[in-house]
Amino acid sequence: MSQLKTKHLLGIKNLTPEEIQLIFETADNFKDVLNRPIKKVPSLRDVTVANVFFENSTRTRLSFELAEKRLSADVINFSSASSSVKKGETLLDTVNNILAMKVDMVVMRHSSPGAPNFLAKHIDANIINAGDGTHEHPTQALLDTFSIREKLGDVAGKKVVIVGDILHSRVALSNIFALQKLGAEVMVCGPATLLPKYIGDLGVKVELDIRKALEWCDVANVLRIQLERQKMRYFPSLREYSLYYGINKQLLQSLNKEIVIMHPGPINRGVEITSDVADSEHSIILDQVENGVAVRMAVLYLLAGKKA
Amino acid sequence: MQKRLLFNSKLLQITISRLCQHLIENHGDFENTVILGMQPRGIYLAERIRKELEKVLGIKINLGYLDTTFHRDDFRRRDQPITPNQTKVPFLIEDKKVILIDDVLYTGRSVRAALDAMTMFGRPAKVELLVLIDRMYSRDIPVAADYIGRKVNTMPSQRVLVELVEQGKKDNIWLMNEAE
Repeated sequence: MSQLKTKHLLGIKNLTPEEIQLIFETADNFKDVLNRPIKKVPSLRDVTVANVFFENSTRTRLSFELAEKRLSADVINFSSASSSVKKGETLLDTVNNILAMKVDMVVMRHSSPGAPNFLAKHIDANIINAGDGTHEHPTQALLDTFSIREKLGDVAGKKVVIVGDILHSRVALSNIFALQKLGAEVMVCGPATLLPKYIGDLGVKVELDIRKALEWCDVANVLRIQLERQKMRYFPSLREYSLYYGINKQLLQSLNKEIVIMHPGPINRGVEITSDVADSEHSIILDQVENGVAVRMAVLYLLAGKKA
Repeated sequence: MQKRLLFNSKLLQITISRLCQHLIENHGDFENTVILGMQPRGIYLAERIRKELEKVLGIKINLGYLDTTFHRDDFRRRDQPITPNQTKVPFLIEDKKVILIDDVLYTGRSVRAALDAMTMFGRPAKVELLVLIDRMYSRDIPVAADYIGRKVNTMPSQRVLVELVEQGKKDNIWLMNEAE
């Protein structure tokens, strides 16, 4: 296989395992490029990419922008906070106006689930979903699984637990799809109020006890508590959450094995994870960020490479 | 489909030896010279040339693999994108003489991409091109080889098929008539 079947990257759900492997193999080559003295290739020099962010982001946006620039694309950035969206423009109008300026690809983050799918139906450009509400965040799942593959050699057969706010997390959903497609076993762990009621139907194990979950797993992907998405109280206090579900050094040392700690960022230090764990040798949090650029380069390259 | 044999195993070995003698004539003890094989098949030829040179000269020679995929000028213009291969250049080529090696020289576009890709690893003092087969009169851009295994007059409809032991086949290089 040398190309993706899809024109857009809207979610992991519609990718095949072979397509994910193709993205990984391409990302290997880009990771090599990123470790050279000159970290740039000219592949996308005639491509213009718009980063359209209707929701806040630091890591994802910087990572995409860097990936685009390393591929020599022209980049324009748009964030809704300082735009005409505030004046009442619709999503389709905003994007059509951007496309009228001859843009080839759109990287979009939006707070509404399905917003990129809606756009894909109405416009010609390639669309990459950089997170849509509580739905999917495909490039994050790709870089997470790529990092597991890099650290442990393979994803197949590994046991991965996703800890925390599964209910509001697009990272969790995309990771569950990606991990299962690549042959990993997946468990979710968190307070019952933050686990979707029928999450077990996706074929994942459900565990309420963090210690049991950590005893079981090879990798723990720890999620942030997304206070901005929570419209009601799901647990009594952050302090109580931290006591029952926070991962700290004592807890890790009391396990009779070593596990890999991941976090998609941004970290709430002292809530879901303590500083001594986040900065320990078990953590691959900064490797995830590094791999993010290579994985996003691979996605941009493979989507742009399809003949127009 | 008609095909004509351009190289068999024996002729290939003789040609590689001749090319190596020619290289030694120009590069002496290879003190300031490195070899870059172009992915995908140029690397096999480059490996054989290095082995031969090391045998004759009794020294170690630096060899790198250069992949040109990200530097090609036909990205977004092909029906099937080219799958990238590994680039492995574990040395700087700054101020070095570089011998670029590929199996077939046709339009010259891969060589242009290679010259571009090469600059990622420094500014070479000099670049020379070695090819096993030069398809004459078919260049799209002004590129010429310095060392040539064999010149062949071909038509655009024909194709050169390179089969090597390294790919799990016998050493045979064919000129194929695709149209028939």
